[in-house]
Amino acid sequence: MMRPPPLPLGDRLASGAGLGGRLLVNLAPVRVALNLLARIPLSGRDCVIALPYLWLTLFFMLPFVIVLKISFADQLIAQPPYSALFDWATQGYLTIKLNLGNYLFLASDPLYLNAYLKSVQIAFISALICLFIAYPMAYALARADAAWRGVLLMLVVLPFWTSFLLRVYAWIGLLNNNGIINNLLMGLGIIDQPIVMMRTNFAVYLGIVYAYLPFMLLPLYSSLEKMDLTLLEAAEDLGCLPFKAFLTITLPLSLPGIVAGFSLVFIPSLGEFVIPDLLGGSETLMIGKVLWDEFFSNRAWPIASAVATAMLSLVLGIMVFQQWLEKRAEAGR
Amino acid sequence: MHDKKPETLVIEPWRDPTAKPYISLSHVTKRFGNFTAVNEVSLDVFRQELFCLLGGSGCGKSTLLRMLAGFEEPTSGQIFIDGQDMAGIPPYRRPVNMMFQSYALFPHMSVEDNVAFGLKQDATPRREIRERVAAMLALVKLSAFSRRKPHQLSGGQRQRVALARSLIKEPKLLLLDEPLGALDRKLRESTQYELMNLQDKLGVTFIVVTHDQEEAMMLASRIGVMNLGHIVQVGTPTEIYEFPTSRFVADFIGSVNMFAGQVTAEGSHFVRIAAPDAGCTIFIDHGVAAPPNAQLWVALRPEKINISREPPANPAENCTQGVVDGIAYMGDMSVFHVKLDTGRMVNVTRANLIRHAEDTLTWDDRVWLHWHPASGVVLTI
Repeated sequence: MMRPPPLPLGDRLASGAGLGGRLLVNLAPVRVALNLLARIPLSGRDCVIALPYLWLTLFFMLPFVIVLKISFADQLIAQPPYSALFDWATQGYLTIKLNLGNYLFLASDPLYLNAYLKSVQIAFISALICLFIAYPMAYALARADAAWRGVLLMLVVLPFWTSFLLRVYAWIGLLNNNGIINNLLMGLGIIDQPIVMMRTNFAVYLGIVYAYLPFMLLPLYSSLEKMDLTLLEAAEDLGCLPFKAFLTITLPLSLPGIVAGFSLVFIPSLGEFVIPDLLGGSETLMIGKVLWDEFFSNRAWPIASAVATAMLSLVLGIMVFQQWLEKRAEAGR
Repeated sequence: MHDKKPETLVIEPWRDPTAKPYISLSHVTKRFGNFTAVNEVSLDVFRQELFCLLGGSGCGKSTLLRMLAGFEEPTSGQIFIDGQDMAGIPPYRRPVNMMFQSYALFPHMSVEDNVAFGLKQDATPRREIRERVAAMLALVKLSAFSRRKPHQLSGGQRQRVALARSLIKEPKLLLLDEPLGALDRKLRESTQYELMNLQDKLGVTFIVVTHDQEEAMMLASRIGVMNLGHIVQVGTPTEIYEFPTSRFVADFIGSVNMFAGQVTAEGSHFVRIAAPDAGCTIFIDHGVAAPPNAQLWVALRPEKINISREPPANPAENCTQGVVDGIAYMGDMSVFHVKLDTGRMVNVTRANLIRHAEDTLTWDDRVWLHWHPASGVVLTI
């Protein structure tokens, strides 16, 4: 059976039901407006699809264009602290001044490159640690008794009910020189002076792994949970030892979950600012912190914008790669 | 009861008391908590047999299969394959392969890799793997699809991949869990023949689990009918159909009219049974080992009852009257639902031998039903 094509929105309004509607439609200005609306070839479905696009344009694309624009400006001591990109010069010429200096500066000052590399390193290692911790957890969760699964999943999600900032602060209380861990160890006589944990890379790794573990765990869980367990029986039946069956069947089939979890941890940790700022020391040079310093301490908006743009293109590259991986994994199913 | 069993010329090892069984189950029981899935099952299957375990859902047939594969350990009892006790031997060390009901093909591997999987586990040389996989794919007519992934295949092709994968290691015993269950009717028929040919060609012993009696009748050398964890009867398809030993088997295989009755006269080669429901005395032309006045049942297959408007030559015995209440036309035959004068409904089938019969039976026709003295099966349980 053929479905009638959706009526344009205006038509649908014009054919509006009810006496009140008909009265309204008969009013001249309303009629004109509705007739105009009817000419827009937009169906209700188009409107629904348009909404998220509108949202993204308004709150993602537009701000990004502004940041991009600022990244090409000169730094000024003014309000706002950057030069205009477009200038109406005399005799009706529009001059566009693109200052690539900010990007060149990023490339020339090793501080930024180091911060990028360090961020990538920290994010990568954190994601890897998350993967190694979360995989057995997700596996146990997926194979747990169905009655327990809900409770266990709840426990994973429970920390989200507390503010992220509070949870990071809690780690300060734990890791400080006179924090809970050191006091406990000294009280038990295991150590006689505190282990320095705060303001080290260790604390940053700990914080990131702690905060982002659920983002690794949930996609892994969902990909392991939907796996058909008879596949493992089939492998065993064909002479495959259980551990090898894990490597040749379970692991490849959970690859989409691994890729999703990895990027869900890697991408936000790359730009992480709160954790390195609160738990890290001077040795932790992460790009999020550099960005913050440029904006708020140095008031160097153009440089900061250039840093942000560069970081975004880095993440974008990673995401494209991840999508490609996912597509490949999907094609393999 | 079975003094009229037909003699066949087929070599039937189960008739030879000296034959050594290839697969032997002795008093195998499996309990899950309080539930007994398989209860005291003893069974011998011989080399190159195609044995069918037939039963409704939850009768324990799949559990039995999983114990043979090694996925479940029996609570008590022993399983021998080729003389070797299987207790404590994990599935990956058993000389048994299984074709799963869902096929359980590895979705991330090509057809070729799926089939090669078993051989790769044994460190078989690569050249040999390639040759054997190619030969196996040729055997199941899938050579052109070797690079495809399972999701790019049709149901019938997937079934053949699963079969190829489970046969590649040349197991002593192949277990098939509802092998044709996921195929449509036409495909099932052709696949049944392929499966039998393949079994014949490779000489592997097959144990097939199915709930489909037609499938079992067609495939099996012998059938084991299961109910509530027990094997209630083992026999060739003919034995199971024509000589059921219990009401359950008679009722489960095919359709049957069952009349309760009591012995009124008895001789060495005949018995008369009064069956009030049938509206007549049933005469059976062989003796029955049952005490007089004991409750008995007579099972009559619908195709073994004659139906006509005219009374038969001897309307005294094995003959009753009724009215046609409903007709189901099946093409090759028609099923008549006849309401006997006693009020009992009886199914009678008649082959549609003539394409356009002039004088067919129709609704509300008064009919005579009669049957041969050898047609009734007397059952005591």
